[in-house]
Amino acid sequence: MSLSGSEDFLQSRGLGRRAPRGDEWLLRDVGLTVHGGQRLAIVGPSGSGKTLLLRALARLDPLDRGEVLWRGQAVVGNRVPDFRRHVIYLHQRPVLADGTAEDSLRAPFRLSVHRSSRFDRDRIVNWLQLLGRDASLLARRQRELSGGEAQIVALLRAIQLQPQVLLLDEPTAALDAAATGAVERLIDIWMQQQDAARATVWVSHDVQQAARVSTEVLSIDRGRLGGGGTS
Amino acid sequence: MNSPYIELDASRVALAALLILVNGAISLGLRLGMGRTLLVASVRTVVQLLLVGMVLRWVFDDRPWFVVLGLLVVMTVVAGVTAVQRNQRHYPGIWTDTMISVWASSWLITSFALLVVIRDMQPWYQPQYAIPLLGMVLGNTLNGISLGLNALTESLVTRRDEVESLLALGATRWEAAGAPVRHAVRTGMIPIVNAMMVVGVVSLPGMMTGQILAQADPLQAVKYQIVIMFLVASATGLGTIAVILLSYRRLFNADHQFLYARIDQENAQ
Repeated sequence: MSLSGSEDFLQSRGLGRRAPRGDEWLLRDVGLTVHGGQRLAIVGPSGSGKTLLLRALARLDPLDRGEVLWRGQAVVGNRVPDFRRHVIYLHQRPVLADGTAEDSLRAPFRLSVHRSSRFDRDRIVNWLQLLGRDASLLARRQRELSGGEAQIVALLRAIQLQPQVLLLDEPTAALDAAATGAVERLIDIWMQQQDAARATVWVSHDVQQAARVSTEVLSIDRGRLGGGGTS
Repeated sequence: MNSPYIELDASRVALAALLILVNGAISLGLRLGMGRTLLVASVRTVVQLLLVGMVLRWVFDDRPWFVVLGLLVVMTVVAGVTAVQRNQRHYPGIWTDTMISVWASSWLITSFALLVVIRDMQPWYQPQYAIPLLGMVLGNTLNGISLGLNALTESLVTRRDEVESLLALGATRWEAAGAPVRHAVRTGMIPIVNAMMVVGVVSLPGMMTGQILAQADPLQAVKYQIVIMFLVASATGLGTIAVILLSYRRLFNADHQFLYARIDQENAQ
């Protein structure tokens, strides 16, 4: 439940997900509320259902039980693409379009939900400068990017769309310490730009990282969400 | 019998069979291990074609309409089954989708050919026209349908992350599936488009050759062939698009989710 007085953004009620072939529940009765300004981390061992939970919150997978609400409304049918404009799920391994990093950043604006907004190169360059990088990264081809750079581009691609919630699926799991630091810093910068109107849900198997990037940690085990502590 | 063309008796066919023996000898000499396969293939060719010849001769002998229709149904079902079996990845509903697509496209186009283009047949179901026309349409349509469907499931599986990234960024299911769908339709259409490009230049189609051998006027034979090419191209396009759209609706639901788990990996060979 929401602890602060700020608005509830994203809420799940009784989420349940069964294994595709079998009776085993991969997610069981997961209720979660994310409100503005919240930095939530969910930790658990691999196979505990972390990724499935994030995917369920982004409505990427069908649910066997329960519902996901966005500002109090059930997220179904044609509301889903618009909902995903506000709540963006980031894959562990970033997938960029063919071509340059800039091509990848421009690609989402071709989608109908983003037609009203426009690619803003200066804003991107500005973010890159805050990370100590320059605009030359944008001209590099997708396959010339390191894992860390690709994740930065994927992150920029998401935050330029001005989402309100980022669902981060172990975005640094495959990165070295320096790249991990850059990704964490970018997310922190993005949060601070408009703290009360934004939130992050960060899934990790690394308890230390979870403490670092969040103000609240929950644990998940065998598809059940457990309590945690406030760091 | 006074025939406009030279009739073949069994001895002349046997002379042609000698040629296969040459292939067999080469296989033995180079130890290709294809002797058995060649034998089976040759025997199948003889038996299957003789059977078809007998069935056709029987059907052409003034049978009632329902016999002709029954044969057309059997041909269509066999084409549908073949199209499904050629797919390496299956999903629940693939049978229905494929059958609907094969059936609708081939019957629609063949009916148009029989009733509008050729017309003037007595009776309307005259098997000399209906059976070979539907046969040619089916043969090509099933090719397009299985190629197109294979390309769709294959590219959805290999590009899964790309499709899901698009969805995660707010794409509708149609926007997310767009690239694989277009690729699949193009793939299904490639053989017939290629055939139309080279017909008459590189290849002389079997039907046209047959009519010429049977002493038809070459220009008449060519006109028939042009009609056939157009029939086949439109039926292939129709069938390919139908099967791809139907499967798209099964693999992407109304909540704009990609139902990856529905694509059966175990059928991949």
